[in-house]
Amino acid sequence: MPIEAVTIVQASYFVAAGLFIFGLKRMSSPVTARGGIVWAGVGMVVATLITFLTPGMENYGLMTVAIAIGGIIAWVTGRRVAMTDMPQMIALYNGMGGGAAGAIAAVELFSGEAHGAAQLTLGVLGGVIGAVSFSGSLIAFGKLQGLIKRSIRFPGFNYLNLVILAATLVVGAILVVHGSGGLQGHVTLLFVLALVLGIAMTLPIGGADMPVVISLYNALTGLAVAFEGFVLDNAAMIIAGTVVGSAGTLLTQLMAKAMNRSLANVLFSGFGESAVAGTSDGPGGTMKSIDAADVAVMLGFSEKVIVVPGYGMAVAQAQHKVWELCQALIARGVAVKFAIHPVAGRMPGHMNVLLAEAGVPYDLIYDEGEINAEFETADVALVIGANDVVNPSARTDKSSPIYGMPILNADKAKNVIVIKRGQGAGFSGIENALFYLDNTRMLYGDGQAKAAELVQAIKAL
Amino acid sequence: MIDGFIALYIFMLAAFTGYEVIARVPVILHTPLMSGSNFVHGIVLVGAMVAMGRGHGTLEITIAFVGVVLAAGNAVGGYAVTERMLEMFKSSKPAPKAKH
Repeated sequence: MPIEAVTIVQASYFVAAGLFIFGLKRMSSPVTARGGIVWAGVGMVVATLITFLTPGMENYGLMTVAIAIGGIIAWVTGRRVAMTDMPQMIALYNGMGGGAAGAIAAVELFSGEAHGAAQLTLGVLGGVIGAVSFSGSLIAFGKLQGLIKRSIRFPGFNYLNLVILAATLVVGAILVVHGSGGLQGHVTLLFVLALVLGIAMTLPIGGADMPVVISLYNALTGLAVAFEGFVLDNAAMIIAGTVVGSAGTLLTQLMAKAMNRSLANVLFSGFGESAVAGTSDGPGGTMKSIDAADVAVMLGFSEKVIVVPGYGMAVAQAQHKVWELCQALIARGVAVKFAIHPVAGRMPGHMNVLLAEAGVPYDLIYDEGEINAEFETADVALVIGANDVVNPSARTDKSSPIYGMPILNADKAKNVIVIKRGQGAGFSGIENALFYLDNTRMLYGDGQAKAAELVQAIKAL
Repeated sequence: MIDGFIALYIFMLAAFTGYEVIARVPVILHTPLMSGSNFVHGIVLVGAMVAMGRGHGTLEITIAFVGVVLAAGNAVGGYAVTERMLEMFKSSKPAPKAKH
């Protein structure tokens, strides 16, 4: 008896769903992560190719053209994008997935093929969520890419968003009750409202909070894909979408926690553009500068050095030189560790990617919880391009906007060296008490240039 | 056919699976993992293909065409950036046998 095409298609979806879960599991440890994405990729290729065998399909030519267009553009951009720009690229690809889920819903609703309350409800919900994720992710991309400079915000924007949301739900409810056949105007209106909602929700949110928002939209896209999977009767979409929906929700919570913000705060307070500078006077004392030769001696004769990199290091493209510096120290027998704050990059884990790009092995990299107790035993804490995440005011000064944020205890090290471009306050405009401590010395200059000087000086010791 | 309660069961089990898979992930992998899960919902591609294959008339086919382009972008782009990031994660110890 010949095996039916439907069976082969279903079997391929079964395999794909299994590979996705297996792949994600492997991606959760640095040792196996690389293999994880490859396994998930195999699942995707199998599912996509076998889908061509689905009985009763037409438009194969156009379909292939569409896959080629989307695939080639994404492959080229994905291979070329700089590691520093990774967060907005993830937002962009995620938005595309949301848009695709929205498009599926639109096709089903326009054709009137979705029937029954359950199918229509899920179709409408998936379409709305997908469309919101699409337009919202595009705004997030625009903000991180610097295309949208300001956060547009006015009193009562939350109420406006509520009104748009209510209108969207009303139109959706009409479609569910009456069925979508013959109500093409309503279908169009539904998607226009959902797209506007995504834009209106995202515009007021500041750049610093964007990673949380991108992660949230990632989870929402997963949910939209799962809902459209129910409409299309496609188990692979249901499983993969739901897995991403719940995993993404958890990731969003972890990120919000790492940034000391609650999700509700991110979405509805419209803060996060830049923290308001503290009302208290600047910390007492003066900043004491030091030159590279002295720093080289201090580092070269240390037993243990903890490097605290921040996004400023990546902006200066200094990570390669910093790693060279660390290698020179390691060659002298100095124990070197990297301490990474969860929000050191533009999203949690971003700094790890940037260090990995420079060749830093991941087993030298520790997060805040793992290394904070070790600063007391370190001879030198070398702070490069980090600011708020090492500000001890977060522990002590209740009036500081970052009070309560978990920080790296660089101030507990015997000596603190801060490589910094100038004397001004950082990105957030908050004065950093660390810079004024007795055991802190400032090495002013460009991160990359200073790291290069230090490498030379240490090799000459 | 995936009906009523069967669908609910799938939904519930998949939700727990997603939660459990991510629950103990170290912060260092948050960005690649977000990117990796972003890739996984690229499976929307097969749905967009089916919608396009069944579509009739210019309006439906045009929308579905856009859907397939976007979905392919999601899947391929998600893979490209995730793989690039994960490829760079190396240990300083000589490749230990992955214990799993």
